[in-house]
Amino acid sequence: MIRKMQQKSCAIVASVLLMLILAVTGCDGNRSDTNASANILNVNNSSEPGSLHPAKAQGTHESWPLRHLFVGLTMKDPDGKVVPGAAKKWDISSDKKTYTFHLRVGQQWSNGDPVTAQDFEFAWKHVLNPATASDYAYQLYYIEGAQVYNESREKDPAKMKALADKVAVKALDEKTLEVKLVNPTPYFDQLVSFYTYYPIDKNVQESNPKWANDASTFVSNGPFKLTEWKHKRDLKMVKNESYFEKDKIKLAGINWAMVEGENTAWQMYRAGKLDLAFPLPGDVVGQLKSQKAKDFKIAPEFSTYFYRFNTTKKPFTNAKIRTALAMAIDRTIITEHIAQGGQKPAYALVAEGARDANGKDDFRTVGGDYFTEHVEQAKRLLAEGLREEGLTSMPTFNIMYNTLDLHKRIAEAIAGMWKQNLGIDVGLENTEFKVKIDREHKLDYSVARSGWVADFSDPMTFLDMFTSISTQNDTGWKNKQYDAKINTAKQSSDPAIRMKVMHDAEAILMKDMPIMPIYFYTKPYAVKENVVGVYTPADEYPILNYADIK
Amino acid sequence: MVRYTLQRLGWALLTLWVVITVTFTLMRLVPGDPFSSEGKMPPGVYENIKAYYHLDRPVVVQYVEYLRALLTFDFGPSLKSDSITVNDYIRDGFPVSLHLGLQALVIGVTFGIMFGVIAALYHNRWPDYVSMILAIIGMSIPNFILATVLIQYVAVEWGGLPPATWGTWQHTILPSVALALMPMAFIARLMRSSMLEVLRQDYIKTAKAKGLAQTIIIMKHTIRNAILPVVTMLGVIAANLITGSFVIEHIFGIPGMGEMFVKGIFNRDYPVILGSTVFYSAILIFLVLLVDLAYTWIDPRITVTGESK
Repeated sequence: MIRKMQQKSCAIVASVLLMLILAVTGCDGNRSDTNASANILNVNNSSEPGSLHPAKAQGTHESWPLRHLFVGLTMKDPDGKVVPGAAKKWDISSDKKTYTFHLRVGQQWSNGDPVTAQDFEFAWKHVLNPATASDYAYQLYYIEGAQVYNESREKDPAKMKALADKVAVKALDEKTLEVKLVNPTPYFDQLVSFYTYYPIDKNVQESNPKWANDASTFVSNGPFKLTEWKHKRDLKMVKNESYFEKDKIKLAGINWAMVEGENTAWQMYRAGKLDLAFPLPGDVVGQLKSQKAKDFKIAPEFSTYFYRFNTTKKPFTNAKIRTALAMAIDRTIITEHIAQGGQKPAYALVAEGARDANGKDDFRTVGGDYFTEHVEQAKRLLAEGLREEGLTSMPTFNIMYNTLDLHKRIAEAIAGMWKQNLGIDVGLENTEFKVKIDREHKLDYSVARSGWVADFSDPMTFLDMFTSISTQNDTGWKNKQYDAKINTAKQSSDPAIRMKVMHDAEAILMKDMPIMPIYFYTKPYAVKENVVGVYTPADEYPILNYADIK
Repeated sequence: MVRYTLQRLGWALLTLWVVITVTFTLMRLVPGDPFSSEGKMPPGVYENIKAYYHLDRPVVVQYVEYLRALLTFDFGPSLKSDSITVNDYIRDGFPVSLHLGLQALVIGVTFGIMFGVIAALYHNRWPDYVSMILAIIGMSIPNFILATVLIQYVAVEWGGLPPATWGTWQHTILPSVALALMPMAFIARLMRSSMLEVLRQDYIKTAKAKGLAQTIIIMKHTIRNAILPVVTMLGVIAANLITGSFVIEHIFGIPGMGEMFVKGIFNRDYPVILGSTVFYSAILIFLVLLVDLAYTWIDPRITVTGESK
């Protein structure tokens, strides 16, 4: 009996030891954390990319690494201007609807294949193929025949091929790509720098449709090429010697961590494991800003933080009441004391970051502010609005926001300001993100937090959200005049007319106030002082192509 | 014993089926859609995506197809990631969570038992007080606070260990310690009270009267009997630890299963939610079964239903 018990004790001890050994030896021990001497930049992508195939990518976790792996027909320079990318130049027809792109000669994919116009035609039609199920296929709807092909439910392959052939993108030869658009789209040269418009190597896609899932089969045409992809751990890319601008690329490579927690990423930056920290935790932003830290930067961001009103629900059916609410809050308190990242109070929808008709001034500067904060006027408007609605006082309502401490604190501040300035009782309703979106679509809310990050640098990215037919309006607000202005802007080839009607549309929107602008976002980030050459266009994450470690 | 094991396995499978069915139903009842976002997706694009993932088919068909795929251990695609399936998620994430969980379990059990035994043997003396104060602190401090403190002082200020991510054995130390704290405190308290009870038993007095050495009495008779309640809880503790702690994995940027589970829910990624639930349930059921079987091994007085005495 005793011997048996001894054997069992030994077995337990052995198991414990085995587990300890497993624990200690179970990892690969050759990982290096700092690569400064090798000129490798360490950044954090925050999350695992859902896909690194340009047709399937759908958000910042995909687009940020993709920006460094691919180059579209055009790209953005450090000033945010559109400059030639894979195309050395392009011609635009007199009706502004046909673009002819001339590709640079001698461009190669990272596997040595030549980059051709056929690759672009193939890639764009691949995005539009309904079977690809690309989230961002609609970004190509500007092209003639694109929407019909993408929305087709045709089962007959021959008929589908016919629809694909009607998509007006055509490789005229190896180096010339012709695109015909539905309407004149002055920002089309920008759109083709967007990742959904990136080319893919036709031969690779046809021989291995899963090429983008593994670093060993990944082929790209940008400044870097993918060398390692450990899912949920990290991505590694090295300089692509086949890239046409390789002499300007100083980094040997970029390592991308995938740490979700902003605080954790910040601690990694502090511990020297990251060279660039973005995005930063809110309290850290305030701290760095007040300390005037040398490694702290605030870059512009083409996006707006706003509240939606449900204009189908009384008393938010009344524009005067909506305007009163918009006028009765102090945005500076919110930006200075809550958001703390150098954000600018917003008195219009379109953020700073898009050029106006003259190509120099910002759309926002030309348009200016559409309202002011004025408590007394807000009180008068509220009283008038309530009278018109047959009410004696403002009913209690909730601000709905999705789970994030910043949203909560802003909602608390706004509720407090409405209480103090207008005597309104406001409740707060925290919902999970998907639930919030679901309820917004169903117009099951009173006031809801929202925001919009632009896809491209044109006011249209904000303004067409609020047309009557937009799937994203979610306010119940419909205005024929507004729709007409947006339609004119979409069909006009004259930049002056386009910009004028977009200013008019924004004025209509701000007069009716179905949404209440709060602030224009910024992009605060920290980058080590020995890192140079990082730049941040307003509608993009920091671009590392020309970065260098000194 | 064989009959008992088979019977338990049958119940386990039935339980799993109930879990799958309930989870499948609940997922569809929760508001929100896997593809809804603040983006501008037109209806045509939305329909393409639904068709791609076969979500345009009737729910009953989806359910039957899911069960059929599950028979071949195919957990399906992730609706949020084109580059990775749920099987990949589990294959990549589970070893990491298992590694972290086992390490935390070893730390928690070893030190928990040690503190519990010391506390009981030195009942109402200073080692008892110290052990129990440590245990109370361990149970009171949430592991995310300890994790933050460890990162701040051990990783950033001292620079001795990496603050986050996964890769070398050094990366495993801080998260294991943070994760082990709560089970360690819990086991210490459980072990102490259990030991105190056993120490009062007649057979311990008999053993002492027989002149057995103190070490043998403690090792062979006291700990062996006192450890039973700890073993009872071990299944659940182990299942929790090895299937991943979302908070700890999130704070330390660890690519385990905990994060996958929670993100799956936020994203309404149906196959990920189902896959992780089924996988978690299977582990839990298996571990509980193991614990039940271990009972008979540790304490021969316990017999299983139907077994002849």
